[in-house]
Amino acid sequence: MQDYHLQKNVVAKILAEHESMPGNLLPVLHGIQDALGYIPTEAVADIADALNQSIAEIHGVISFYHYFRQTPPGKNTIRVCRAESCQAMNGKTLEEHAKKQLNVDWHGTSADGEFSLEPVFCLGNCACSPSMTVNNEVYGRVTPERFDEIIANYRGAVE
Amino acid sequence: MTRVFISRDSTVLSLGANQVASALQQACESGGLNVEIVRNGSRGLFWLEPLVEVETTAGRVAYGPVQSQDIPALLEAGMLEGKEHPLYLGNIEELPYFKDQNRLTFARVGITDPVSLDDYLAHEGYRGLRNALDMSPQDIVQQVTDSGLRGRGGAAFPTGIKWNTVLNAPAEQKYIVCNADEGDSGTFSDRMVMEGDPFVLIEGMTIAGLAVGATQGYIYLRVEYPHAGAALNEAIEKAYANGYLGDDILGSGKSFHLEVRLGAGAYICGEETSLLESLEGKRGLVRFKPPLPAIVGLFGKPTIVNNVISLASVPIILDKGGEYYRDYGMGRSRGTLPLQLAGNIKYPGLFEAAFGLTLREILYDYGGGSASGRPIRAVQVGGPLGAYVPESQFDTPLDYEAFSAISAVVGHGGIVVHDDTVDMAEMARYAMEFCVEESCGKCTPCRIGSTRGVEVIDRIVEGRQKDMNTQLLRDLCDTMINGSLCAMGGMTPFPVLSALNHFPEDFGLDKASDAA
Repeated sequence: MQDYHLQKNVVAKILAEHESMPGNLLPVLHGIQDALGYIPTEAVADIADALNQSIAEIHGVISFYHYFRQTPPGKNTIRVCRAESCQAMNGKTLEEHAKKQLNVDWHGTSADGEFSLEPVFCLGNCACSPSMTVNNEVYGRVTPERFDEIIANYRGAVE
Repeated sequence: MTRVFISRDSTVLSLGANQVASALQQACESGGLNVEIVRNGSRGLFWLEPLVEVETTAGRVAYGPVQSQDIPALLEAGMLEGKEHPLYLGNIEELPYFKDQNRLTFARVGITDPVSLDDYLAHEGYRGLRNALDMSPQDIVQQVTDSGLRGRGGAAFPTGIKWNTVLNAPAEQKYIVCNADEGDSGTFSDRMVMEGDPFVLIEGMTIAGLAVGATQGYIYLRVEYPHAGAALNEAIEKAYANGYLGDDILGSGKSFHLEVRLGAGAYICGEETSLLESLEGKRGLVRFKPPLPAIVGLFGKPTIVNNVISLASVPIILDKGGEYYRDYGMGRSRGTLPLQLAGNIKYPGLFEAAFGLTLREILYDYGGGSASGRPIRAVQVGGPLGAYVPESQFDTPLDYEAFSAISAVVGHGGIVVHDDTVDMAEMARYAMEFCVEESCGKCTPCRIGSTRGVEVIDRIVEGRQKDMNTQLLRDLCDTMINGSLCAMGGMTPFPVLSALNHFPEDFGLDKASDAA
C-alpha cells in the first residue's frame, strides 16, 4: 500500500479541477481511480471535506458502485462477462478457467500481482460471446485456450 | 488514393480489427500503395467481421472475415481493385441480411467515418436540426408525437408525450439526459450508434433541447464502453468547434451544451430515477414517482430522460417528417427497432427493421439458427429482466402489445439465444441472483425478495416440498411484480416465471403442471 502522503496532492488536484462541476462526486472518484488505480481509504475524508458531505455519504457512494475499488489492483485488470449471452456460449467454462489459471476468486489479485480478476455484467460484445476485457482491450469468442494466449501476451509485455 | 474501410467498433476490435488495419497500413507503405484507411462503424454482420471494404469505381467491395495474415494474399489478388479472392463478398448492401433492413436510425453506421463532421454532413447529417431551428418548440414536439416514437429503453412510453410534459413545465433551467447505461445482456445497439455515428445522438439531443427549452444535456454513459466515450467526446468537440453546440447554434441565438458523464458499473442506474441520482453524485437509489422526472428531474428541474436509440431516431423524424417514420411498423409500434441477435446464434449481429417481424423469422431467416447447430430451446428478449420465450411462441410478431400479451417484453430489442443444453432452472436462479447483486436496496420486495427467491428455487430443484415451494415462488414473484418501486424488482419475476411456466421439467416438476 502506498503512503497516502504522496497521493494526497493528486487527490487535491482532482478535487480542485471539479470544484464547480454540478454533481461532481462520480467524476471525482473516476479521476482518482484513473490516476491511482483505486480510491485510498484516506482519500475519503479529503473528498468529504471538499464536497461538504459526510464520510459515510462518500463511503456509501464508493461501495454502491461495482467499478470503484479501495485496494490497489494488479498490473492488469481482467474483466470476464457473466451475463446471459456469454453464458449461452460456455461463459461459465471461461469463468472457471480464469479463476483456476490465476488461482484467485472474483475480486482477487494473482499472487505475482500481475492480474486482478473482476466479474462484469455485459461488455456489449454479446454478438461474439463469451467476452472479456484486459484493461481497456475487448476480446471476443474467448475459449480457455485463447484466454491463456491473451494472458501470456500481457505477462510478456510487462516483464 | 484508394479508400479502405476497417471498423473501429468494439466488437470488431475484439476480433482483431486493429491488427488488420496495421497490417494493411504496413503492407501499403512498404509496397508504395496509395491507400487511406478509414475507421468506420460496423454494418453489424459480425460473423463477417473484421470486414475490409474497398472503394472502387464500381462501388464498395467487401472482404471478410479478414485476419492480419490474410492481407498479403488479398493485396496480391488485387483487393484494392475489388478483384476476386476466397474472402470476396461483393457489395455488402446486396447481401440479404443487409438489403432487407429498414435502416433509419442506423442509416450511416458502418458507412461513414464516425468522427468526421464533413462525412456526417455529406450523408444527410444535421438536416433535422436545420429544420428544427426554423420551427416552434410546439411544432418540433408535434413531429415527434406524430412519428409514434416510443421509448426504446424498456417502458415504451410515447416520446412525444414526455417531451410535451417538459415543454409545458415552466422552469428557468431544463435538462436533456441521455440514458446511455445500456446494461442488458444481448443489447449493443446504443454502443454501436455511439461508436459508429455519434453525431446522430448529439443532433437528436440538440433537437430535444430546442423542443423543450433545455440548454444543458448529459449523456450518462456506462463505464464499460470506453470506445463509445472516446468517439462521443471527439464528436462533441467538433460540434462545438463548428457551431453545432454552444451558445449560438448555427447563428440562431439558441444554445445547447453537452457533456458525457461516466457511470460506475451499477445496472440499476439504467433506471431513469436512479440514473438522475447517480448524475447528481449520489448512490443510484430509485426515486418515488410521482413527481415524474419530466416535472422534477435532474437537480430538481424538468428533465427529458430518453434512451440513446430514442434520441438518435429524432434527427430523421425532423428531417423527413413524423409521418415518414410512422409509416414503418405495425399497430401501436411505429417506426423501426434495431434488433440485436446474440448468444448461441449462427449469424449474430444488428439489423434494423420495422416492427412486425416474428421471432421465428428473426432467429432463422436472419440468425440462421443456433451456432452450435442444436435446436433453439429458449430465447430471452429484452435483457435480463425479459421473459424466456419457448419455441411454441416463436410466431409472435415483434410488437410491444403482442409481446405484452404473452407476458414478455420487447425492451431494447436484444435477443439472446439458448440451445437445448440450457438449464432453465439455473437461468431462473441466475435472474434472482442478478437482482440480489444489482438491487439498489431501497424497497423490500426487490432487496429481500430476490435473496429469498434464490433460496426457494434451490429448494425446488433439490426436490424439497416441491409443490409448496413452487407456490411460494409464485407468491414471491407476485409480491415483487406488484410491490416493487421500479422495473428491477418488478420485472425480475419475468424470466423466473417464464422459465417455470414453459420449462417446468428443468425444475424437476411435472410438465403437466404447466400453468402457462
